[in-house]
Amino acid sequence: MSNNVKRRRAAYGFVMRFLMRLCAALTAALALFLVGYVLYKGLPNVTWKLLSTKPSYLTESIGILPDILNTLYVMMASLLIVLPLGVCAAIYLTEYAGNSRLSRVIEYAAETLSGIPSIIYGLVGMLVFCQFLGMQTSLMAGAMTLAIMNLPTVMRTTQESLKTVPQSYREGAFGLGAGKWRVIRTVVMPGCVDGVITGCILSIGRILGESAALLFTAGFAHALNGVWKGLHSAGATLTVALYVYAKEQGEFAVAFAIAAILMILTLIVNGAAALIGASFKRRRSL
Amino acid sequence: MKVTRKRLVEDIIHGLFLIMGLIAVGCVLMISVYLIIAGLPAIRKIGLFNFLFGEKWASTAAEPKFGILPFILTSVYGTAGAIVLGVPVGFMTAVYLAKMAPRRVRAVMESAVSLLSGIPSVVYGLVGMLVLVPFIRKTFHVPDGAGLLAAMVVLAVMILPSIIKVSLTALDAVPREYEDASLALGATPVETWFRVSVPAARSGIAAAVVLGVGRAIGEAMAVMMVSGNAPNMPGLFESVRFLTTAVASEMSYSRACSGRRCSPSRWCCFCSSC
Repeated sequence: MSNNVKRRRAAYGFVMRFLMRLCAALTAALALFLVGYVLYKGLPNVTWKLLSTKPSYLTESIGILPDILNTLYVMMASLLIVLPLGVCAAIYLTEYAGNSRLSRVIEYAAETLSGIPSIIYGLVGMLVFCQFLGMQTSLMAGAMTLAIMNLPTVMRTTQESLKTVPQSYREGAFGLGAGKWRVIRTVVMPGCVDGVITGCILSIGRILGESAALLFTAGFAHALNGVWKGLHSAGATLTVALYVYAKEQGEFAVAFAIAAILMILTLIVNGAAALIGASFKRRRSL
Repeated sequence: MKVTRKRLVEDIIHGLFLIMGLIAVGCVLMISVYLIIAGLPAIRKIGLFNFLFGEKWASTAAEPKFGILPFILTSVYGTAGAIVLGVPVGFMTAVYLAKMAPRRVRAVMESAVSLLSGIPSVVYGLVGMLVLVPFIRKTFHVPDGAGLLAAMVVLAVMILPSIIKVSLTALDAVPREYEDASLALGATPVETWFRVSVPAARSGIAAAVVLGVGRAIGEAMAVMMVSGNAPNMPGLFESVRFLTTAVASEMSYSRACSGRRCSPSRWCCFCSSC
C-alpha cells in the first residue's frame, strides 16, 4: 500500500518536472525561433540602398529612409509631450495630493488609460485630433495619440521612484525652511530621475512597436521630410510600413528587412532598460 | 512683500502640477465621451438588440446590415483559445523559472521573455502570416490557413510573456517559510511547489490571466494579418473578424464614405475593454 503511494508520488514529481521543463523549453525555443527566423530572413535584405533612399516608382525600388525618420519624429514629439505631463502628474499625486479623492480619481483614470486597446486610441485620435481639431492625418496627431497612450507608463514609473525618496529628506528640507517648490526642485526631483529614464525607455519601446494606433492617425505616406514639415504631414512609421508592405503590397522581402531592424532595435531597447535598471540598483545599494 | 511673492510662486506651481494631473483624467473622459457620442446615434438607428445580436454584417451592401454578433463571438472564442493554449505553458514556465531553474538559466530565460514582450505586434503578424498560416493549410488540408486557429496561436504566443512575468513575480513573493514548512512535513519539492507555493500565489496568477485576457482582446494588428478578416460566424478554420479588427477595417471604409457608419462597433469595443 505505502509502496503504491510512494510510486504515485514519484510519478507525480516526474511528470510535473517533465512538463515544466517542456514548457520552459517551448518558451525558449519560441523566442529563439522568432528572433532567428526574422533575422535570417530579414538581414540579407537590409542593404544600404534600402536604408538610405525613399520608395521610387521610376526605378521601382523601395527605400525606408522616410519611415525611419518618421519613427524618430513621432518618438521625439510624443516624448516631448508625455514626459512633462507624466512627470508633473506623478509629482502632483505623490507630493501635493496625498491621499485625497482627487488623487484617487487621477490614479483611476491612469489605470483605465493603460487598459484601453491601442486600436481604440487610434480611433479616438482620428476622431479628436485629425477631424475635430483639424490636424488632418499627420505625424503630430499620431504623436499626440501615442502621448496619451504612454501617459500611464511614465506616471507609474515616476511615482514608483518618487516613493523611494525617503520621507526624512523632505522633512529635513522643510525643517531648514525650504518651501514646497524648493523641496520638490532640489530634493524630490533628483530622486526621480531613474524613474523618468525607465519610463522613457518603456515608452520608446512601445512607440517603436505601435502600429494600430498610428495606422489611422499618422497615415501611410512615404515622403521624405524635415522635422517641421514631417510632423505636419502624413507618414508611416516603421511598423506601419511593415504592415503595409506585408499585407497590402506583398513585398515580403522589405517587410522582413523592416522586421529585422525592429527586432534589433527591440534588443537594444531591452538591453538599455536592463543596463540602466542594474546601474540604478547598484547606486541605490551604495 | 517677499513672503506673499513666495506664496504666489508656490500657488502657481501647485496649480501647474494639478493641471498636469487633471489632463490624464481629461483624456479618459474625452475618450469615453467621444466614443459614446459617436456611437449612440448609430446604435439608436439600428437598435441595440439588432446591433448586438444581429448575425450578419454587411456594411457596404445595398441594404446594409450591422449585426456584430460574429465579431463578439470571434473575440470571445479567440481570446478563450489563446488563454487555453497560452496559460498552461506560461504558468508551467513561470513555476520552472521561479523554483527549479538554475540561476543562470533563469537570467537568460527572463531576458528572452522580456524580448518576446517587446517584439512589435506586426512582427508577430508577419511571422504568423508566412509560417503559421501555410503550416495550418498543409497540416489540416484546408483551402486557406488564415482563420480563427491561426489567430488563437498568435495571440497565445503574444500573451505568453505577460503571463510568465506576472506569475513569476507572484511566485517569487511567496514566503520562504511556507515552503520550508511543507518540506519539513515530508512533501517532495514538486509537491511543495504545486500544492503550497502555487496556491499561495493564486491571486497573482489570476491577475496574470486577466492581464492576458486584456492583451488578447485588445490586440488588433497581428490578428488582422492572420485571421482572414471576413465577417463570418466563428469556426476554427473560418476566415473571421475580431472586434478590434472590425474597428480597424471599418475605419478605412468610413473615411472614404460616411463618417458615422461604423461607430457602433467602436463603441462596443470600448465597452468590452472596460
